[in-house]
Amino acid sequence: MSSAALGKRAGRPAWQEPAKPVTKAAKGVALAFICLLVLVPFLVVISTSLASPDEVVANGGWVLWPEHPTLDAYRDIFRGGQVTKAIGVSIGVTLVGTLASLVATTLLAYALSRPQLVGGRKILLGILFTFLFPPGMIPAYLVVKQLGLLDNYAALIAPVMINVFNLVIVRGFIQGLPEELFEAARLDGAGEWQVLWRVVLPLSKAVLAVIGLFYAVSYWNAWFHASIYMSDSKFPIQQVLRMYVIQGAQLADPSAADAAAVSAPQTVRMAVVIIAVIPIILVYPLVQRFFVRGVLTGAIKS
Amino acid sequence: MTASTIARNTAAAGGDGAGKKPPRVPRDRTSLWRKLVRDRLLWLCLLPGLAYFLIFHLGAAFGMVIAFTDYWPGISVAQSNLVGVETFQKMFGDPDFWHAVVNTVEISLLQLVFYFPVPLGLALLLHSLTSTTIKRLVQNVVYLPHFISWVIVVALFQQILGGAGVVNGFLADHGLHTVDIIGNPDAFKPLLIAQVIWKDSGWGTIIFLAALAQVDDTLYEASAMDGAGPWRRFWHVTLPGIRSVIVLLLVLRLGEVLSVGFEQLLLQRDAVGPGAGEIIDTYVFYKSLGGGGDFPLAAAAGIFKGVIGAILVYAANKVAHRLGEQGVYR
Repeated sequence: MSSAALGKRAGRPAWQEPAKPVTKAAKGVALAFICLLVLVPFLVVISTSLASPDEVVANGGWVLWPEHPTLDAYRDIFRGGQVTKAIGVSIGVTLVGTLASLVATTLLAYALSRPQLVGGRKILLGILFTFLFPPGMIPAYLVVKQLGLLDNYAALIAPVMINVFNLVIVRGFIQGLPEELFEAARLDGAGEWQVLWRVVLPLSKAVLAVIGLFYAVSYWNAWFHASIYMSDSKFPIQQVLRMYVIQGAQLADPSAADAAAVSAPQTVRMAVVIIAVIPIILVYPLVQRFFVRGVLTGAIKS
Repeated sequence: MTASTIARNTAAAGGDGAGKKPPRVPRDRTSLWRKLVRDRLLWLCLLPGLAYFLIFHLGAAFGMVIAFTDYWPGISVAQSNLVGVETFQKMFGDPDFWHAVVNTVEISLLQLVFYFPVPLGLALLLHSLTSTTIKRLVQNVVYLPHFISWVIVVALFQQILGGAGVVNGFLADHGLHTVDIIGNPDAFKPLLIAQVIWKDSGWGTIIFLAALAQVDDTLYEASAMDGAGPWRRFWHVTLPGIRSVIVLLLVLRLGEVLSVGFEQLLLQRDAVGPGAGEIIDTYVFYKSLGGGGDFPLAAAAGIFKGVIGAILVYAANKVAHRLGEQGVYR
């Protein structure tokens, strides 16, 4: 979906019949309904997290519009218990992991995109093969154990450092850059390193932004590896959320001793959901404009 | 773990295309050693990524040998004894295992029938919009759930459909019967499909929208001039134009019949019990790290899944070729 294709769709082409009012209305209703299906659950959770515990109990566990909005639930969370710690863990793992993944992916994609590399194609095929046949849970666990990474934050990053899908996108993008650019840079006396730094990276900003978002989201959303590799005190936010909200565990931190938190943990639980989802909602609008341009041209063209 | 099926599909498609067109390099007669020295910086770039794949993919592949040993977590792999295919015999004789296989295939086929058409339909709807602004707006809304973790999706569904949730609250307030969805084994599979539709059908439109945008507009114009109405244009221009993509995605989906959302199932299996909620991946987990401690059995189940998966990809690809399509690879 290049910008030209988008432009083509703008407005009705001459050969197309004008839409009937009924069709238009039906489409509008359908689209509005779809958008509401997506958005209403978030609204309910936000409202419940902002309501007073009494109101939530009185209404049977949720509210659509809090009558007396309060931030008490959030205060409870940030009072310094397990949730606070987990947010710190998640932020750290997401930042370090995204950076490591971006660097490793870009370097590998760049090397594999250069035609002169001996055996480059064989390496690429091998990597694509691992993608079709991912190692099972147990072999992966044994590797982490052998490396002595159990209960080490590195276990949340190293085993998932490069995603083949992202690698293929970046490689495809770099390969799509006009060969003359590389020639010109080389004539100017630039080495491989300078070509990467001065030519490739500045031109790849859009695709790297998208890949960075994919990586950041996957690190932020991850919980399963933490549940098998880490001890309770090092859990990230999603795993803590899973314990409280889905498995119904009690908040094990001092803040839970607070009477309000115990009598209506629902507000606190919903506040944890919001905290876990907010970074995504915040970053998403910044990067979504690259989706169409960056990802698709890279992946679909080939 | 986070790449959706659709995302992976796209990657495979991209990888295939990348594999088909080797860049033409003029044949030079520089010796191998000189080439290696010349490209030393490239090799340096390659190093971290290559090390990652060697350790965590190839290295892990070697870990599969424990399926043929009596390894247990208290000893090292080297200390374990070879027991041959004993573990596999045990696994094939385990009714729980076959139950998990049946569940997995059932959920997969339900997804194929009820989830697969949704992104396609949504993409066609979006594509038919003449206003780019509205199209963009809706796209941004429907892509969002793809980026929400399964933990949150499950929590949201509990909040909406659970016993104390929005829907039941509404029904109770109006004196209607409440519906028992969350934690009800009978409603579990439809619930899973609904969750997948909510989370990924928006994101799944991307690949169809890209295919729709590739359809040559002059074809529409020509058929319209020849008197073809909207339905005939849809049937004779649009559908043939996106046929390859549909077949490709179907092939990939068939190749992954034994993979249904592991995180999604693991999060909810306990609520409905293994009867409705056990799939191969959760079987692997509960037999080993999830408390069972039987690592060889879990590894054997993993190998079973990998081998069957490979056969299915191969077979589905053959079928695609028979249908005159590209498939995943040649």
